[in-house]
Amino acid sequence: MPVVLGYLPIGFAYGVLAINAGLSIFQTVLMSIIVYAGSAQLIAVSLFAQAIHPLSIIATTFIVNLRHMLMSAALAPHMRHWKSYQVSLFSFELTDESFGVHSLRFDRGENQPKSTILINLICQFAWVLGSLLGAVAGNLIQDVRPFALDYALPAMFIALLILQIKNHKHLIIALISAGLSLILWQLGATQWHVIIATIIAATLGAGVETWQKQPS
Amino acid sequence: MAETTILITLAGMALVTYLPRLIPAWVLRDKQLPAFVIAWLRYVPVSVLAALLLPSLLIEGNSINFSARNLYLWAAIPAGLVAWKRKSLFGTVVIGMLVVAIVRWIMR
Repeated sequence: MPVVLGYLPIGFAYGVLAINAGLSIFQTVLMSIIVYAGSAQLIAVSLFAQAIHPLSIIATTFIVNLRHMLMSAALAPHMRHWKSYQVSLFSFELTDESFGVHSLRFDRGENQPKSTILINLICQFAWVLGSLLGAVAGNLIQDVRPFALDYALPAMFIALLILQIKNHKHLIIALISAGLSLILWQLGATQWHVIIATIIAATLGAGVETWQKQPS
Repeated sequence: MAETTILITLAGMALVTYLPRLIPAWVLRDKQLPAFVIAWLRYVPVSVLAALLLPSLLIEGNSINFSARNLYLWAAIPAGLVAWKRKSLFGTVVIGMLVVAIVRWIMR
């Protein structure tokens, strides 16, 4: 289970950063249990540290995790025969990593609900455990810089972004969005730059794609 | 931030994370979304990740650091190569953090 090996250290980094951002051990672990979204949690922690408005934290979480809609939609046909409570349980633990694992398994016809949900539970357990260990260690680690824990989030963005870029249009939209985000921040939209840039860039991408497909 | 505010924020985050994960799996077991919505959703991941990444590399405190002294920017090169060649989230994070930690240790 290489996925579990990935969850532990990133969960640990999250735990340490959350404590240093002023969250309690309980709040840190609670977030890993009820939110369970690696990059969104790390982003939220940095926003908590900057005392950003709660609505902005929730909106950022929403837009960052919107990508799971597509993953959920992609796996939906494989769950046709599942019971509703099984779909609900499965969806709660749908992450980038578990999507990667299950889309491969489902394509091989391994879509039994019980084993699928069990895999998810093991993954989330590793994430919660990593968070807890990090939260406990967070009280001892006052400076995260020597361990480069502050680089966990940028590195995660790099990996997730590069894994998402599948063609030239994606690359161009990514560059536009990145540039817009920085310009908006510079102009003073320091709470909303990510959301506004994302909405503009994604609409532009979808518009171009829909327009190109139109019969002339 | 007050205890209650944090807990309400966490509950809000949980809700807005769960709904996008649940609704498509629930509704689309035998339906399709409109083409524009599918195209839009397809561009959200690259857009949001790019919009998050660039400021996370360039903004230091309250200003933009676009110089050769920006370690975050340099470390993005090996991390990006690992992501591109190995397609590994874990490998990318570990290499990125290792590079930053080692350079800081040498330059301390």
